[in-house]
Amino acid sequence: MSSPNGPSRDAVTELRMPSLGADMERGTLVLWKVKPGDTIKRGDIVAEVETEKGVFEMEADGAGVVAELLVAPGTRTLVGAPLARLSAESMPRPAAAPPPQAPAAPRASPAARRLAAERGIDLASIVGTGPDHAIVIADVDRAIAPLRPPTAAPVPSAPPAAPAPSPLPAAPTPTTTRADAVRAMRQAVAAAVARSKREIPHYYLSVDVDLEKTIVWLAEANAKRPIAERIVPAALLVKSVAVALRSHPDLNGVWADGALQLRDAIHVGIAVSMRGGGLITPAIHNTDTLPLDALMRALSDVVRRARSGGLRTSEMTDATITVSNLGDEGVTSLFGIIYPPQVALVGFGSIAERPWAEHGALSVRPVVTVTLAADHRATDGHYGSRFLRQIGRLLQTPEML
Amino acid sequence: MTNDEIRAAVVTALRGVAPEVDPATLRTDLPLRGQVDLDSIDYLNFLMAIHAALGVDIPEAAYAQVATLDDCVAYVASHGPQAQPVPPGER
Repeated sequence: MSSPNGPSRDAVTELRMPSLGADMERGTLVLWKVKPGDTIKRGDIVAEVETEKGVFEMEADGAGVVAELLVAPGTRTLVGAPLARLSAESMPRPAAAPPPQAPAAPRASPAARRLAAERGIDLASIVGTGPDHAIVIADVDRAIAPLRPPTAAPVPSAPPAAPAPSPLPAAPTPTTTRADAVRAMRQAVAAAVARSKREIPHYYLSVDVDLEKTIVWLAEANAKRPIAERIVPAALLVKSVAVALRSHPDLNGVWADGALQLRDAIHVGIAVSMRGGGLITPAIHNTDTLPLDALMRALSDVVRRARSGGLRTSEMTDATITVSNLGDEGVTSLFGIIYPPQVALVGFGSIAERPWAEHGALSVRPVVTVTLAADHRATDGHYGSRFLRQIGRLLQTPEML
Repeated sequence: MTNDEIRAAVVTALRGVAPEVDPATLRTDLPLRGQVDLDSIDYLNFLMAIHAALGVDIPEAAYAQVATLDDCVAYVASHGPQAQPVPPGER
């Protein structure tokens, strides 16, 4: 996909429908955020893309100048399908030619967009009252109430439903219901876990870790903190995994083309359950380098955006390992299914008081069971054991995390 | 601020993190975390929303005292600066 013919090594010739994980086959281009003539660089938000798991901000995977938008908003394509053509050099802006986007897609919140799609309402027929006249969910509600809203904006000449002539193939508007969305999410999860269990020879290990020092340290730290700066134990657990990976790099990577490919950066994917069902695993970039406060903010932020929309494509594709924490539900341990093409998943059960034998005496300690599901093609149980032991060791000095 | 007003604000805070909650079916005398799908981050966000709306910072040591909706209302009523936002620097 990279092209050597541009001035920058980063130049690409096309924007394609990104793969947001092993479970994604297709995506819908919801909204363009660039137009022909715009210069973009890697990481710029160029579009919004919707999959079974929600709406994501699509980042450019290289640099260039947008030459042509190839698909209209609302178009569903296969992963990898070209969405826009880029040129390497800047070109004169097309003064007269209108962007092929034709009727500029109305700005709307993801929730409003989804509700409108559910009810088969054309967003173009709705007057937005949100910031910058964006359509918010209340606007869609108002449009639903009367069949034909008398307050709809006077649309010049054409009736609202008639699509303006566009050089792009018209996309059929999918009418999705909530049940459809849940089914699609389940199918996406099913595809990923079935592939994982089919292709990855898992091995599983577990260890119980005494968290007394961690819990005491955290309680003291949190007592001094205002509520917005408090840290939950999960942040410490995630940090311990990230730091332990530094000395156990074979668990931080992907299995591709028949070989383990290590990754230098440690991006921990966080398994987040969606309200209403399903699972999403956005990555926290460079997890091992984040101070605990920053990691806590990142964790909180990524959970919020996972549930409300607004995750970026890189967050959906960059994870080098996954952490799943079902401790809040009271389970003792979880043996996870590795998210392909990753090679490991660390699971945490609940932190609970348990009898703890040490130095010939019995006491009661807060204990967590840490599990590792790992790809036996990439590592062996001996290596995994040492990794788990390192996590346990790190959690004995929480102030160092 | 009346208890009803506090209750309304607490429910709003709860629905901010768990939009599916139906106040009509929520038992106010049973622990929220048994009835509502809240993980530890949701719960912290819920308490932060209470703080933002009602000016009451519930310390971690008091989490056991705010398990139910009734508990939350009682805690805010007895600890609150009565809906005054906390001035910066006094937290």
